[in-house]
Amino acid sequence: MRLRPYGDRGLLVELPSRAQRRALLAALGDRAGLEVVSGEQTVLALTADAVARRNLADALGDLDLTHAPPPEATGEHRIPTRYDGPDLHAVAQSWGCSPDAVADRHAQIEWLVEFVGFTAGFGYLVTDHELPSMPRRDSPRSRVPAGSVALAAHYCGVYPRSTPGGWQLIGRTDVVLFDPLRRRPALLRAGDRVRFEPVR
Amino acid sequence: MTLLRVLAVGAQALVEDLGRPGLLAQGVPTSGALDGDSLRIANRILGNPVGAAGIEVLLGGLILRPDRSVVVAVAGAPCPVSINSAPAAFGEAVAVPAGAELRLAAPPSGLRSYLAVRGGIDVPPVLGSRSTDTSSGIGPAPLRPGDVLAVGPAPQEQIGFAPILPPPGGAVQVRAGLGPRHDLLTSAAHALLGGEQWRVASQADRIGVRLEGPRLELTHSGELPSAPIIAGAIQVPPSGQPIVFLADHPTTGGYPIVACVQPADLAALAQARPGESVRITLRANAI
Repeated sequence: MRLRPYGDRGLLVELPSRAQRRALLAALGDRAGLEVVSGEQTVLALTADAVARRNLADALGDLDLTHAPPPEATGEHRIPTRYDGPDLHAVAQSWGCSPDAVADRHAQIEWLVEFVGFTAGFGYLVTDHELPSMPRRDSPRSRVPAGSVALAAHYCGVYPRSTPGGWQLIGRTDVVLFDPLRRRPALLRAGDRVRFEPVR
Repeated sequence: MTLLRVLAVGAQALVEDLGRPGLLAQGVPTSGALDGDSLRIANRILGNPVGAAGIEVLLGGLILRPDRSVVVAVAGAPCPVSINSAPAAFGEAVAVPAGAELRLAAPPSGLRSYLAVRGGIDVPPVLGSRSTDTSSGIGPAPLRPGDVLAVGPAPQEQIGFAPILPPPGGAVQVRAGLGPRHDLLTSAAHALLGGEQWRVASQADRIGVRLEGPRLELTHSGELPSAPIIAGAIQVPPSGQPIVFLADHPTTGGYPIVACVQPADLAALAQARPGESVRITLRANAI
């Protein structure tokens, strides 16, 4: 674990181990006065002030991050998906299998939300399973339909709204990833588990 | 209920309050008035709560007509204010009669003027704020001619007075704490970042201000694993020209963040015009 200062009240925790990051998120929980933001290999803790930051840094030294968080600490989501994306065939070709096999492999995996970024509600999903990496499209689209399920590098993501996007679109869901009127607008949270369910 | 009709908009006019903090983990930046100090001042003059929604006006050009008399105050970039073509005071409570045209012209200095109305701009809040987030589209849409804005009920507080100090001349001075990845600055880049007079580039908006100057070399080229971004973060992309992120910033990014401008200094940066000078004082940042 490496700690870096970030602004006057931020503590950036570098933790290359995914399991340890999940344990850290569970340990930090929903503490009052603390805002926690996940990155790809880091966790940012925004404290109340420099003194609180110092205290948190000291407390982190005593944390045991070797145990996985309890299941109730993370959410689980099912995403019904129509596997009919415009890049499904390109992905199938790259993976050397049929489009149906792409859908099967994708849906069989338990995905994990690594972090949320890029736009409101966009979760970067990862998996421990072996999956061929998929490069981004050579030319990004200026408009990706909302609900598009997409792949790039070793990530999967679902576009919450129509934005420009360069990821490979393999399907589409009607699940609302970001709703400003919901109590918690973003559906996905770092550490949550996600399963895609093929629908016709 | 009093209504304000928008007759004209200049470069940009947005409803802003003090933003929606606490949602970074959901990919939502704080947003809010880029020069929050000036919005607070305008609100204080009117007896509004300091966080009442006002209108952030970029380089003037806004014309409004209220259907009933309202009291307004303008702070921030010192734009000429007129009511039915007669000059009205900047930085003071001003009564606008029903049906009169309230006009904010282009300021001779600064970028963003803040028009507050006694009672506040009353649009439906989204995620606890009436702020327009230009990068995610959350909140009210940017104002356009024909828009009608409701004004909230008058507050209990009396109309008052708040002094507006003209900004000091010369380069905008900002203080920045080093980190998290200041270790990636070469010693030459470190000296340049804190020693050079940077210029605000024309690519400057509510998402961030790009600074022009010498190329900053890093010890690591290319992207890092995506890391969280906060307002004030100074990012060095491959061009070597730093970007200071502002209120509508993306919440994660892959290029190194080498320092972070103190929140108190962001308002001055938000008022700096393209071509104007910026001086960054770097401070060590121990945990």
